[in-house]
Amino acid sequence: MTMQYKIGDIVAEHDEEGYLTDITVWNKDLALLIAKSENIEMTPEHWEVVDFLREYYEEYQIAPAIRILVKEMKKKFGPEKGDQKYLYQLFPYGPAKQACKIGGLPKPTGCV
Amino acid sequence: MAQKKKFLYLNRKAPHGTIYALESLEVVLIGAAFEQDVSLAFLDDGVFQLMAGQDTTAAGMKNFSRTFKALGDYDVRKFYVERESLAERGLTVEDLMPITYEDENEDYAEKPSIHLVGRAELAAIIADQDVVLSF
Amino acid sequence: MSTLHTVNKSPFERNALTSCTGHLLAGDAVLMIEDGVLGARTGSSAVAVVQAALESGSVYALAPDCAARGIKPDDLIEGVQLVDYAGFVDLVAQHQRTVAWL
Repeated sequence: MTMQYKIGDIVAEHDEEGYLTDITVWNKDLALLIAKSENIEMTPEHWEVVDFLREYYEEYQIAPAIRILVKEMKKKFGPEKGDQKYLYQLFPYGPAKQACKIGGLPKPTGCV
Repeated sequence: MAQKKKFLYLNRKAPHGTIYALESLEVVLIGAAFEQDVSLAFLDDGVFQLMAGQDTTAAGMKNFSRTFKALGDYDVRKFYVERESLAERGLTVEDLMPITYEDENEDYAEKPSIHLVGRAELAAIIADQDVVLSF
Repeated sequence: MSTLHTVNKSPFERNALTSCTGHLLAGDAVLMIEDGVLGARTGSSAVAVVQAALESGSVYALAPDCAARGIKPDDLIEGVQLVDYAGFVDLVAQHQRTVAWL
């Protein structure tokens, strides 16, 4: 059985955990839909994290582990946002996992 | 906490023809969570994993060579590249990607992760490890 | 602080044995297993490499893998010792670390 996200005539397949099978089909509408299925209302703060993860992936071809995300966010946006608690408030089920899923990226390596 | 152990990942295969190199990198990333003393060694065809300018677009494969540049953030900062292996393949260190890390103790100064070592030096590095994982 | 090196590829197909012996320190042991045992037979182009390894340490071949490939005890390069599976375990236990040359 294949599982899909559907918006109008756009269909995007995902795995059993909700990660996109083909990361190249990602777009912002799809992100909103995935966020909705994760019970997350996207705010500019959420987008900041998702965009950051996508840039990181583009550069290094991996999604960073949570401690690396915190470290790198701190470097870019300062200590207030480079903070585990802040990130968990935005993404309660794990910032690296949920934000990657919304960003259309694979599950971070090392995440079980 | 238990004392840190010295782990060496021994990379001897070229990057895209077999799965070894990518698997090694995945194990390094997963293993990084355990905060051990990690080194990577590149010898034989393994030196090709660090070639600059790899472009896998046309081959339709993942260009995981870029991931090596992220390893500094994971505290993986010792890349030992064997000089003889480079020479045997007509390569020099200039053919490799520059890989650096930021040293927190020195105001985030960028430092090179790659160290050229001779075969005898690499033998001594191997003999200094608690665990050697081969790929 | 010696090392056990295992080699599981034929020296006629891959450079695992050569690369291994190029990284030996005095007192290290080399154990040929699987297709690696093809390098244990006398008369081949791999003899010099094995002899060089014997100068710095000991060289073993896994008996069941030799037997499976028709390599008889009399065929072995002089100095190469046969071990069974229990002997393999003993070798691992006798050395501080094991390095696989794949």
